[in-house]
Amino acid sequence: MQLLQVEKLTKHFGGLTAVSGVDLEVERGEILGLIGPNGAGKTTLFNLISGTFAPNAGKIIFNGESIGGLKPNYICRKGLVRTFQTVKIFPEMTVFQNVLMGSLFGSEGKSWPEATGQAREILDFTGLSHLSDVPAGSLTLVNQKRVEVARALATRPQMLLLDELMAGLNPAEVAEAMELVTRIRERGITIIMIEHVMKAIMNICKRIIVLHHGKKIIEGTPEEISTNKTVIEIYLGEEEQAHAGS
Amino acid sequence: MTNLSMTVKKNIPYIAISVLILALLAAVPFFSKPYTVVLLKNILMFAALTLSWALFSGPTGYISLATAAFYGVGIYTAAYLGKVLPLPVMVLCGGLASFLLALIIGAITLRLRGIYFAIFTLSSVELIKQVLHWFEITVLGTRGRPVVKISNTTVYYVVLLIVVLLMVTTYFLKRSRYGLAMSSIGSCEDAAAHIGINVTWVKVLTFALSSFFIGLTGATTATGLIYIDSHIAFDLNYSFFPTLMAIFGGIGNVFGPVIGAAVFSYLREILITRFPYAYMIIFGAVMILTILYLPNGIIGLVQTIKDKVLGGKDATASSRKVN
Repeated sequence: MQLLQVEKLTKHFGGLTAVSGVDLEVERGEILGLIGPNGAGKTTLFNLISGTFAPNAGKIIFNGESIGGLKPNYICRKGLVRTFQTVKIFPEMTVFQNVLMGSLFGSEGKSWPEATGQAREILDFTGLSHLSDVPAGSLTLVNQKRVEVARALATRPQMLLLDELMAGLNPAEVAEAMELVTRIRERGITIIMIEHVMKAIMNICKRIIVLHHGKKIIEGTPEEISTNKTVIEIYLGEEEQAHAGS
Repeated sequence: MTNLSMTVKKNIPYIAISVLILALLAAVPFFSKPYTVVLLKNILMFAALTLSWALFSGPTGYISLATAAFYGVGIYTAAYLGKVLPLPVMVLCGGLASFLLALIIGAITLRLRGIYFAIFTLSSVELIKQVLHWFEITVLGTRGRPVVKISNTTVYYVVLLIVVLLMVTTYFLKRSRYGLAMSSIGSCEDAAAHIGINVTWVKVLTFALSSFFIGLTGATTATGLIYIDSHIAFDLNYSFFPTLMAIFGGIGNVFGPVIGAAVFSYLREILITRFPYAYMIIFGAVMILTILYLPNGIIGLVQTIKDKVLGGKDATASSRKVN
């Protein structure tokens, strides 16, 4: 069953078309990978789906309901939540309070005991229990990212958008993050992840979409993507330019 | 529930001191000179304005300079309705008028952030002042109007009541779900919006609530002015003073704005009478020193000393506490 359907989604910023006529469909329970060079429009696509910006054209159907152009708080309460490429936590609040905010406001009419109980459960699940009384702003990057994921999970989402969860993590931390993503899927949460760490995306995702200059170039299994000529050209081309530049 | 009773237990010294101070303040008109009542009335008025300002700007981090607009609306309400309505109803009307105006100003301006919001709110004071001035001159053919005089003692008690209401509101709001939403907006508004908080609604409603109290204060204290016009009612100082007083006292705690307003207005009173020509210079120097050396105000200094004395036992918890 389709949980999310995006049709011909378009967003301009002045003269620049950041996302141009993108179609995509996400099955309930799957992990979809979203890759592409810098500036391909991946984060903009997340911004449109999660309600940060309203699209200029196109449809976003979540759970059979049109959510295109809704404010992010409404979209979150419908069960679609995201994390940010640059971590956005509440730095002065403790880890527990951060997660509590998710469970208090992510769905309507939750009592304090219910919300605190749920926050504790999520802290356990994400392995943050021992840090619950620490101000979130004083944590290391990897733990701040974990807090953001935990806060998103506390809103009880059906779908989670992860924007470069693994960026800036060392190999051991990447392995842990991969394990966390798999366990989140096992909770029945559908995931779309933007990722530059190829090892992670090739291992976790059954299906990958490649964006380039705001357009969807190709969609396929990790094997198809890693052997596709266009994809290799996009990435190698960029790498050659980078080498030539340095 | 256990949480609430624990908070009450922990704060028994504060509650006891507050009740004692309140009893003393309530007794003042019975045994002191009329001048003392007027001085305390002014201090309480500034405490009310500063608490109202901090109610919204403290947790959300949006610096509002529209205090004078809502204060002026309260004053004009008193001038228009003071003769026809009894004091409590008239004061309530002043609050409601400011509340409604704040809903409109808030809905327009609260999509602006940082300095743009501050400047827009400041401009709104000037706009209302000039429009009113123009309206009075061209349409009514008059300028200004008298205000009904009410005894200083009565006004003193009403302002005291407003301050108590504000402190109780601030205290409980801070500990509520709604208060958490407010401080999450100050902390990271984008994140707040994306975890299901209706940030626009929270901002506009808090702004209007804060303006309600400013309107109450304006309508009450206007009765001591005798005559008002748009330039007296919408004096920009009433935008700047509460902001400065809050910074001076510290905004992380319900007592900060009160202490800030008290020290600040008493200092101003003394400087004005003792050094009428140098008072602004001394005053400016005190403000600069405060901002440089006491970024968290007087309350911040008290907290630091307390943490040092307690040997860091409670230090991280209290200094990092969410506002």
